[in-house]
Amino acid sequence: MTKIDSRRPESVLPTPSHTVGPFYGHALPFRGGEDIAPLGHPDTVTVHGYVTDGAGKPLPDALIELWGPDPDGNLPTADGSMRRDPASGGFLGRNGVEFTGWGRVQTDANGHWYARTLRPGARGRSAPYLSVCVFARGLLVHLYTRIYLPGDAAVLGADPLLSGLEDARRDTLIAAEEEDGTYRFDIRLQGEGETVFLEFQ
Amino acid sequence: MTLTQHDIDQEIAARHAAYEQRLADGGPVEHQPRRDYAPYRSSMLRHPQQPPVTIDVGKDPELVELSSPAFGERDITEIDNDLTRQHDGEPIGERITVSGRLLDRDGRPVRGQLVEIWQANSAGRYAHQREQHDAPLDPNFTGVGRTLTDDDGHYRFTTVQPGPYPWRQHVNAWRPAHIHFSLFGTAFTQRLVTQMYFPSDPLFPYDPIIQSVTDDAARQRLVATYDHSLSVPEFSMGYHWDIVLDGPHATWIEEGR
Ligand SMILES: [Fe+2]
Repeated sequence: MTKIDSRRPESVLPTPSHTVGPFYGHALPFRGGEDIAPLGHPDTVTVHGYVTDGAGKPLPDALIELWGPDPDGNLPTADGSMRRDPASGGFLGRNGVEFTGWGRVQTDANGHWYARTLRPGARGRSAPYLSVCVFARGLLVHLYTRIYLPGDAAVLGADPLLSGLEDARRDTLIAAEEEDGTYRFDIRLQGEGETVFLEFQ
Repeated sequence: MTLTQHDIDQEIAARHAAYEQRLADGGPVEHQPRRDYAPYRSSMLRHPQQPPVTIDVGKDPELVELSSPAFGERDITEIDNDLTRQHDGEPIGERITVSGRLLDRDGRPVRGQLVEIWQANSAGRYAHQREQHDAPLDPNFTGVGRTLTDDDGHYRFTTVQPGPYPWRQHVNAWRPAHIHFSLFGTAFTQRLVTQMYFPSDPLFPYDPIIQSVTDDAARQRLVATYDHSLSVPEFSMGYHWDIVLDGPHATWIEEGR
């Protein structure tokens, strides 16, 4: 049955997930999806990397979503990530002023993705991080992970998630600094160096 | 060796029997597919082998995953939810109206959130350059729609009935007709991408993607119901499909943005 009687809690059961498949290209990616930071913002960081499978092969058809707080740790509330043109129906893109905190990017033919966003601030008991959701053909349920930025070892050491992991696994969640403001974060779906993925309860 | 439908049928049956056995042994109902589901071959190298690390959201209400990105009127256009009006002419096919509600696990409506859909045309062809199926493209159909849920969590789309299509995983592999859906809740933990099917499709037993949901009742929740009250006179056939988002959310966050 697909009519849910919301007054009967026992009938409110989750809709199962399915793979995003290979043909989402006209629907989900949008112009400027990866350019989340307002134009010229001094706290802009670039994060990028590859998504690879269990054979170490890059995925040319993965879709990454990023969601993070602003540099003060506040939750963004602005809409307008994919502003539209009412005349043509096309995408206007972000306005370059407001920070929506959310972005979406498809890996390219080499399995590479990048995004420019604002350096996240700390919230609650956690070290600063960006939340990541990965979708792909072959992935029946999307995967969550986090990008922690390197820097303050004490802050990272006190993070409730990181402090509970063995070193090798923990390192999969910490991006590598390449040059000022640019960080490398690879996502390995399976096998050696497999990224730590999360479930929320 | 050529992979046949018979091979896949046997693998599907074995996975289904294994789930029934887990249930009989007191295991939990599995509402979600397992990421490791070999009858769907693409899953084999793309699922993690390590178990996921559990985050107890009750311990920290400040987790960014307990909030959701926002979408608004400027992120959609007026005709985004009518896939039959996005080109100069009318697409070919049987017009349908697909409507339902977006709910959380407590049965509460998810308001003002983005619903995105994509689908094949009535001949079973996606408007995508990597598509290998040689069924005709329809110049009047891209097969992409978006809308925001209303205050009761309702969404509504007008489109054409998608066709089933072959997909080459094995000899004579066909996907049952479906519409892809992407959904946001009030928390990023509730994110969902899935597919909606149509009642009584004869292809269900042969398709390893729908069969990856091994729980019979959970699989039924992917199938829309024909709803005559949604059919529009002289215009379209109506289908009703309610969606329930899994995953925890912060009940103390004010809704109704
Ligand atoms: Fe599809």
